[in-house]
Amino acid sequence: MTTQTILPVDAERLSELSLSGGEPGWLKDSRLQALALAAELELPKLEKTRIDRWNVNNYGSYKAAKLLTALNEAPSAIAALIKDQEDGSLIIQHNSGVVYTRLAPELAAQGVIFTDLQTAAKEHGDLVQRYLHKAVLPGEHSIAALHAALWNGGVFLYVPKNVVIDTPLQAVLLTDDAEASFVPHILVVADTNSSVTYVDNYVSDKAEAGLHNGAVEVFVGAGAKVRYATVHQLGEDTTDVTYRRAVVENDGTIEWIVGEMNYGDTASDTKSVLKGNGSSSDAKVIAVGSGSQKLNYTTQAQHFGKNTPSDMITRAVMRESANSIINGITKIEKGATRADGQQTEKVLMLSPKARGDANPILLIDEDDVTAGHAASVGQVNPEQVYYLMSRGITRHDAEKLIIYGFLAPVVSQIPLEGLRNQLQTLVERKLGQ
Amino acid sequence: MAADFVIEGLKANIEGKEILKGINLQMKGGEIHAIMGPNGTGKSTLASALMGHPKYEVTEGTAVLDGEDLLEMAVDERARAGLFLAMQYPSEIAGVTNSDFLRSAINSRREEGKEISLIRFIRQMEAKMKELEMNPEFLHRYLNEGFSGGEKKRNEILQMMMLDPKIVILDEIDSGLDIDALKIVAEGVNAMRSPERGFLVITHYQRLLNYIKPDYVHVMMQGRIVKSGGPELAERLEAEGYEWVKEELGIEDETVGQEV
Ligand SMILES: Nc1ncnc2c1ncn2[C@@H]1O[C@H](COP(=O)(O)OP(=O)(O)OP(=O)(O)O)[C@@H](O)[C@H]1O
Ligand SMILES: [Mg+2]
Repeated sequence: MTTQTILPVDAERLSELSLSGGEPGWLKDSRLQALALAAELELPKLEKTRIDRWNVNNYGSYKAAKLLTALNEAPSAIAALIKDQEDGSLIIQHNSGVVYTRLAPELAAQGVIFTDLQTAAKEHGDLVQRYLHKAVLPGEHSIAALHAALWNGGVFLYVPKNVVIDTPLQAVLLTDDAEASFVPHILVVADTNSSVTYVDNYVSDKAEAGLHNGAVEVFVGAGAKVRYATVHQLGEDTTDVTYRRAVVENDGTIEWIVGEMNYGDTASDTKSVLKGNGSSSDAKVIAVGSGSQKLNYTTQAQHFGKNTPSDMITRAVMRESANSIINGITKIEKGATRADGQQTEKVLMLSPKARGDANPILLIDEDDVTAGHAASVGQVNPEQVYYLMSRGITRHDAEKLIIYGFLAPVVSQIPLEGLRNQLQTLVERKLGQ
Repeated sequence: MAADFVIEGLKANIEGKEILKGINLQMKGGEIHAIMGPNGTGKSTLASALMGHPKYEVTEGTAVLDGEDLLEMAVDERARAGLFLAMQYPSEIAGVTNSDFLRSAINSRREEGKEISLIRFIRQMEAKMKELEMNPEFLHRYLNEGFSGGEKKRNEILQMMMLDPKIVILDEIDSGLDIDALKIVAEGVNAMRSPERGFLVITHYQRLLNYIKPDYVHVMMQGRIVKSGGPELAERLEAEGYEWVKEELGIEDETVGQEV
C-alpha cells in the first residue's frame, strides 16, 4: 500500500522561494528534485513505531525572519542559552531563518566558515554542493525528501585543514510561530587534521502543533576530530524527527553527545559511517520521556574501514506513560577487519504505564572483528531504595539518587562542563523535581 | 539521653512464612549485646524486620526506641530516630557516589537550609576514612559497586561513624574481613562506644567478641532467642558448638520452620 505524501508546498512556490532567496540554480534544482521524490516516497519505517499516526505534516510555510541587530533583542525563550555569548561564535535560527550570526574574528582569520546554510550556498557554492545531502540522502524516505526540498536557515561550519578550535561553536534554534516552517539543516565539514566542537540547542515556545524536520550531516576528514553535541528541548506540541549522520575518513573521529529532552513525540537516528581505516565513533544519548510521549531513538555505526572502533550508549528514563523504542544497530561490512563495535541500551522505567523497549542489533559480515552489546529494561530496584532509606534518606530522595545515578555514568563522561550542567538541569526539570 | 530499646513479642513473616516467632530483648545505651546462632535461625531476619525491609511483614510485637515504636515508622524515619543496621549484604548502587550518598544521609537529618557544607563534610569523611584505613578514593567511587567483601564492611562502619546512631545493629560485620581489617573495624566500633549508644552484634565467631566485648550474649534458634547469658556463653559456644544448647532445650533442628 502506498500512502500519498501530502506536499506542504508545490513546485512553483518552491521555485519562487528559491529565487527570491537568491539561491544558485543547482540548489533550486536540488529542492525541486527532492520535492518530486517526496511525492513518491513513503514515511520511514521505524521499529515498532507507527510514525504515520504521528503529527508529521505540520510544516507550516516559509516566513522570512527578522534579523537581530544585537544579541539582547533575542526572544526571552532562549535568553539563558545565549547569555554572555556576545564574543562567542553563535548562530541563532528563529523559525524559518537565521537571525543572528557571529564568528569569532580569530577563527574567521584562520579560514573557518560559520554561517547560515543559505548564505553558504551562495558564497561557497562548490563546497556546499559537494557535501549537501550526501550523508542523509533525499531518496531515503519522504521525510528526508521533504527536508531536502524545504530546508531553511541552518548552519554551515567549515574548518580548514590543520585548524584546531578549542572553544565550542554554538547554535540555538527556536520555533515559536506555528505557521512558520522550521526545517534547519546542519552541515559540518572538518577538513584534514582539523578539530572542532559544535553544540546546539533546539527550543520551542508555542502551544500549537508543529514539526521539526531536521537533518545533520557531518563530514570528518582524515585525522580530523569532530565533537557534536545537541540538546533537544522542544515542547509537547512539537513533533521532532531528526536524522544525524557522520561520514568519517581515515583516522578521523566523531563524537556524538545527544540530549533528548523533548516533551513531544520524537524520532531520532544518529549514525556514524566509519568509512576510512582507523576511523572511530563514540555516541552518547541521554533521554528522559514523560507524559504520553512516543519516542524512537536509534544509534547506528556502520564500519567499512579496517581497525575501526565504535561505541554507542543510550540511557533513557521513562516516567508517566512515556513509550520508548530504543534501537542500536552495529553493522560491520565485509573487509572491515579488526573493527570493534560496542553498544549499550538501558531503560529505567519509573511508572507501571511507562514502556521501554531496547533492540540491540549486530549485523556482521566480517570474521575478524569484535562486537558486543548489552541491553536492559528495568525499574527502580526496591532493594536499593531500602538501602538508601535505611540511612535516613527519604523515599523521594532515594529514588532521585538512583535515577540520577542511572544517567550519571554517561553524563559524567560529557567533556563539556556547561553542557553537563545544562543536561543535569533539564533532566531535573523533566523528572519534575 | 541514654538510649533505651525494648523489643517485645516480635513476629515476622517473609512471603507468608513465619520466621520470627516472638523475640524479646531489652537494651540500654552503653550496652553491647551479641546474637549468635546457627545458619538460618532468623538473625538477619530480626535485623531486617527492625530496619523495615519491605519483604518482611511484621505481624505482632513492638520495638520501642526511647518511647517511640519503630515498627510504626517508615524505614527512613527509623533511621532518623537513631537505628542503624550494618547489613550482611549491602546493596551496590551504580552512579551514586559514596560521598553524594552520605551527604544526602547526613542532610536528611538536618533542616532545609542547614545542610552540612561540602568542605566540612569532606573533612569529616576523610578523618573517619583515615581511622578505618580506607583509601580516600572511596569517596568518589560508586556506592559499594565493585567493592570487595571487606571494603563493603568497612564502608558500612564508615556510614555508622558519620551518622551517629543510638542503636547499632551489626550483621556479621566480621565476615569477609581479614584479621587486620577486623581489628580496624572493631576499633572503629569501640571508638563509638558511649553511654548513649547500644550495640547489637550478630556474629558466628568469638573472635569478633574478643575485640568488641559484649555485656550479654543471646542464642537464636527457630526464630526465637532460646538462651541468654554473659560473655562466657559465647566462649562456650566457640569451644563446644551448639549441640549442648539444643540438647538442653530439646531442639532437634534449629533452623526456622523445622520445629514440630
Ligand atoms: N526471601 C526469602 N524467602 C523465603 N525464605 C527466606 C527468605 N529470606 C530468608 N528466608 C528464610 O528465613 C530463615 C532465616 O534466615 P536469616 O537470613 O534470618 O538467617 P540467619 O540466622 O541470618 O542465617 P546466617 O547465619 O546464615 O546469616 C532461613 O530459613 C531463610 O531461608
Ligand atoms: Mg544472616
